[in-house]
Amino acid sequence: MNATGPPGAAPAAVAEPASYTADEMMTACAARALQDGMACFVGIGLPSAAANLARATHAPNLVLIYESGTIGAKPDRLPLSIGDGILAETADAVVSVPEIFNYWLQPGRIGIGFLGAAQIDKFGNINTTVIGETYASPKVRLPGAGGAPEIAASCREVIVVMRQTRRSFVQRVDFVTSVGYGDGPGQRERLGLTGAGPRKVITDLGVLEPDPATCELTLTGVYPGVSAADVSARTGWDLAVSGSLAMIEPPSPAELAALRGLQAITHGSEGAT
Amino acid sequence: MAEIVSLADAVARTIHDGDAVAMEGFTHLIPFAAGREVIRQRRRDLTLIRMTPDVIYDQLIGAGCASKLIFSWGGNPGVGSLHRFRDAVENAWPGPLQLEEHSHGGMANRYAAGASGVPFAVLRGYSGTGLEGLPGLDGNPAVRPITCPFTGEKLTAVAALRPDVAVIHAQRADRAGNVQFWGITGVQKEAALGAQRSVVTVEEIVDTLGPQPGAVVLPSWTVDYVAEVPGGAHPSYALGYSARDNDFYLAWDEISRDRERFARWLDTDVFGVSPGSLAGTGTGEGGCGA
Repeated sequence: MNATGPPGAAPAAVAEPASYTADEMMTACAARALQDGMACFVGIGLPSAAANLARATHAPNLVLIYESGTIGAKPDRLPLSIGDGILAETADAVVSVPEIFNYWLQPGRIGIGFLGAAQIDKFGNINTTVIGETYASPKVRLPGAGGAPEIAASCREVIVVMRQTRRSFVQRVDFVTSVGYGDGPGQRERLGLTGAGPRKVITDLGVLEPDPATCELTLTGVYPGVSAADVSARTGWDLAVSGSLAMIEPPSPAELAALRGLQAITHGSEGAT
Repeated sequence: MAEIVSLADAVARTIHDGDAVAMEGFTHLIPFAAGREVIRQRRRDLTLIRMTPDVIYDQLIGAGCASKLIFSWGGNPGVGSLHRFRDAVENAWPGPLQLEEHSHGGMANRYAAGASGVPFAVLRGYSGTGLEGLPGLDGNPAVRPITCPFTGEKLTAVAALRPDVAVIHAQRADRAGNVQFWGITGVQKEAALGAQRSVVTVEEIVDTLGPQPGAVVLPSWTVDYVAEVPGGAHPSYALGYSARDNDFYLAWDEISRDRERFARWLDTDVFGVSPGSLAGTGTGEGGCGA
């Protein structure tokens, strides 16, 4: 620790290469995808952590919108649910749920939709409804749609954040809860979906982006220490790899300090350990 | 004019076996005490309606009060699965639960149509999703395509929700039964106005409703019964009155995971306490978490 900071200030981040978890790398990578000043419709969990990290670092003017009707929320900790009191108390405006969907999301006013998922397929379609052969007798009943179908349809672009396994990255989702590129090129247009669809899928291994011609999710970046073969091994389809695979920078000390700070405040104030 | 009664009376007079009941509150102002009172009065065969059937409906479903559920997201917010809901869907325990499933946008518009007195609402939505092919409770498609009569554009129609009963929790009411709530206001206004009968539990009854930024007011003549139930939203919260009890949501994951553990919670924290009591929010180990 150096002595240049003001007395009583939080200790500066250490200069040596920090150790970090795969989730921290994923969250930092997802935060970097958000630009300052954008309006971002945020799902709870990993997307919310990333959006709040972006606000705490490079994007202080990021507008966070939650489906509870809170527009321009400015929480100083990670909310544990989309209806946390901190979101309403710090928002520019709080509107009803019919209004957030009809006036704000549906007309395409919101630049980025930030979603998590239980299962995703090679065309970026998302399943959060059921795992199993049939809807009527599912192997696993998941929570369901929430606002994700509308977010995926109407935000101008979508970013998905989720951990990658062969069970979660599949050839074809068991149930299409939220549409990515449907069954391939042109399908979003045929369905009348106004947004551009998922532009990035950010995982705990790297980043997948849709191929401009085929719409198939393609590996375009990996984290330090991760190879394309590692990602293929955790993908349930024959994963295409970009010819110019990017090596993504590890989380900076500032990113790690900000993320850990947000999580520490959350746990300290809520007792949710 | 709304009548001010006890919680037990409000539930007994409005909710009957077989009714379609919407208990709303979007993470905030969830009418948990009223839900436990419905369990205590052993209502059966209810059609439960709610955008987010979280812990409140997990309790009602596990207690055997419901045979049908209309919803758009069924999880324990910030925690994970609803185990009683999953046990009902995956194993038909304690009985089969018929589902009608929507998106949030669809449910919000269904409530708005109900409050507006029109038979359906129109939105851009459901296109290409598995949801658009699912049956409603009557076996017919729950959403239908519709062509705009002005532009020819293809859109989606969703049927109005007109519950038999709406139950909501608010921060306060005055002695005439005018109701005021603020913060995250969800779809409670639409649910109350769209229902045949309505019950509002409140944190407190005051002489005069003072101005409050962003507040929704339901005039007394739009409400049937008001019951004063301080803490009635616990473990959710009432902005300005209480904080969300995140520990209870985490504890619920353990309580609800196992059928016997859940039954013990019912005995000690629902059937073993008086109506409107803050008990029922404990963890079923003999104590009361209030």
